[in-house]
Amino acid sequence: MIQSLALARTSEATRESARTPARPSAAPDRPKMRAEALRAHFGKTEVLKGITLPVESTTVTAIIGPSGCGKSTFIRCLNRMHEVVSGARVAGKVLLDLQDIYAPDVDPVRVRRRVGMVFQKPNPFPTMTIRENVLAGLKLNGLRPKDTEELVERALRQVALWDEVKDVLSRSGTSLSGGQQQRLCIARSLALEPEVLLMDEPCSALDPIATARVEELIHELRERYTIVIVTHNMQQAARVADFTAFFYLGELVEYDRTDVIFTRPSEKKTEDYITGRFG
Amino acid sequence: MKERYSQRKLVDAAVRGLCLLATGAALIPLGLVLYYVTSRGIGGLDWAFFTELPKPVGEAGGGMANALLGTLELVGLACLFGIPPGVLAGVYLAEFGQHRFAKLVRFSADVMSGVPSITIGIFVYTLIVLRTKSFSAYAGGVALAVLMLPTVTRTTEELLRLVPESLREAALGLGVPKWRATLSVVLRTAAPGIATGIMLAIARVAGETAPLLFTAFNNAFWPTGLAQPTASLPVQIYTYAVSPYDDWHQKAWAAALVLIGMVLILNVAARVLVRHRVRSR
Ligand SMILES: Nc1ncnc2c1ncn2[C@@H]1O[C@H](COP(=O)(O)OP(=O)(O)OP(=O)(O)O)[C@@H](O)[C@H]1O
Ligand SMILES: [Mg+2]
Repeated sequence: MIQSLALARTSEATRESARTPARPSAAPDRPKMRAEALRAHFGKTEVLKGITLPVESTTVTAIIGPSGCGKSTFIRCLNRMHEVVSGARVAGKVLLDLQDIYAPDVDPVRVRRRVGMVFQKPNPFPTMTIRENVLAGLKLNGLRPKDTEELVERALRQVALWDEVKDVLSRSGTSLSGGQQQRLCIARSLALEPEVLLMDEPCSALDPIATARVEELIHELRERYTIVIVTHNMQQAARVADFTAFFYLGELVEYDRTDVIFTRPSEKKTEDYITGRFG
Repeated sequence: MKERYSQRKLVDAAVRGLCLLATGAALIPLGLVLYYVTSRGIGGLDWAFFTELPKPVGEAGGGMANALLGTLELVGLACLFGIPPGVLAGVYLAEFGQHRFAKLVRFSADVMSGVPSITIGIFVYTLIVLRTKSFSAYAGGVALAVLMLPTVTRTTEELLRLVPESLREAALGLGVPKWRATLSVVLRTAAPGIATGIMLAIARVAGETAPLLFTAFNNAFWPTGLAQPTASLPVQIYTYAVSPYDDWHQKAWAAALVLIGMVLILNVAARVLVRHRVRSR
């Protein structure tokens, strides 16, 4: 208990990151990813003010916090998608298997292959069929998988979409319902077999049933992938995540095991937020 | 309260009537043109018109097959010279163009689309015809291409801007390099719209006369090479229409009808393409 409370808190974390590895005791030895004093800017505004946060291997880490606090920006920094926006800058480090993905010799395209992303709004490619959508990541990367049919089936089964679409694989990806589209997008990311999967409010456009499906899916994927999920839904974080980080105004307020965050948070702000007193 | 309502209805009806009237007035010239050209031109259309060369003055019969072929050739060349740079410039403006240079390109494209077509004819005349010392199909093709270029560029840019940012991010998020994402996802998504814009641009230049007068010029015989002067429907119409011969006048009307038909087909095809795209969404 004491141990698990001695965790990353914004200001200390930034200063003391070298001395106190912010890692809960239950986690495996080495985090899959780790942000170190990560700062992100849009033009002159700083939206992440020095975040130090580990992402443990084969677990689910949830990022919660009020709107505009920098959750999306943070996970976009984890696969170098932040810099895609014009005027956006990043400072600090993000380690992936101990290698800094912001080191000058690192190709962002390769990082994004290893760290996949699912967006808030389902975004299947409208010009492609369902099958082509699943294979899009491979094809657009110039890869020619041998057994495409098997690959498509495996990816779609993983997201529990296979039974629903197996007869309409050559229909347009956009002909599916919102929830199906989102699962298709997850399948599209999984087909590339990323090591880490970042999900930015993947359920916010979905109904409760589709949401439950995606949550189930996250549970299963957790066995093999490292997942970071941004969510506005506290129950969802409590249901799916092993670890939870609470962001506020571009700073990391608290990071801990999910059950700790939701039962005995050590920061007043966290408690206020999860009990719905603000945000 | 009640009075106000009836008054509003009255104003509403009046405005609606005015709009309808204006629309009707705008349609009258179009209707008249179509009517005249059809009624005068239809008589001149026969098999020979589409298959034979023009006959010398005084001889009856003959056709405009060479001009028809020439127009296709010139438009084809214009597409070849005009579409690739136009589309690529549009891609640059939409996807990479945040610099001042892009502003300059955009501005020049807008200025260029307002330049009178005869100016472009003179420009190409000085640039190519004077140097090669010969009127030629490719000079005509270049002139038409220059005319198409700003339209194609700006249409491509506008349509690429309509492609949602989320698709670019989806592609980049899959670890696709930016150039590949631009070509295979963004451009492909906008392709039907761009094709429509291009067809309208083609339809627009297919009927241009002025830029061809000093570039492709005219020719009474079959097109034999790209370096030869080449006949085209618009120039042939012009030549025949200003001639003193009734037979030629008749042929000019017929050619005008064919030209309108071609442009109409392109327009309709462009529209069908759009509709098809909307339905497949
Ligand atoms: N493209 C942009 N240009 C400038 N500022 C931006 C841009 N995108 C986001 N911001 C700013 O950065 C801050 C963090 O945004 P971010 O999208 O990361 O928030 P968030 O926590 O994901 O919010 P939400 O829960 O609403 O999605 C916000 O204050 C926002 O105004
Ligand atoms: Mg967000």
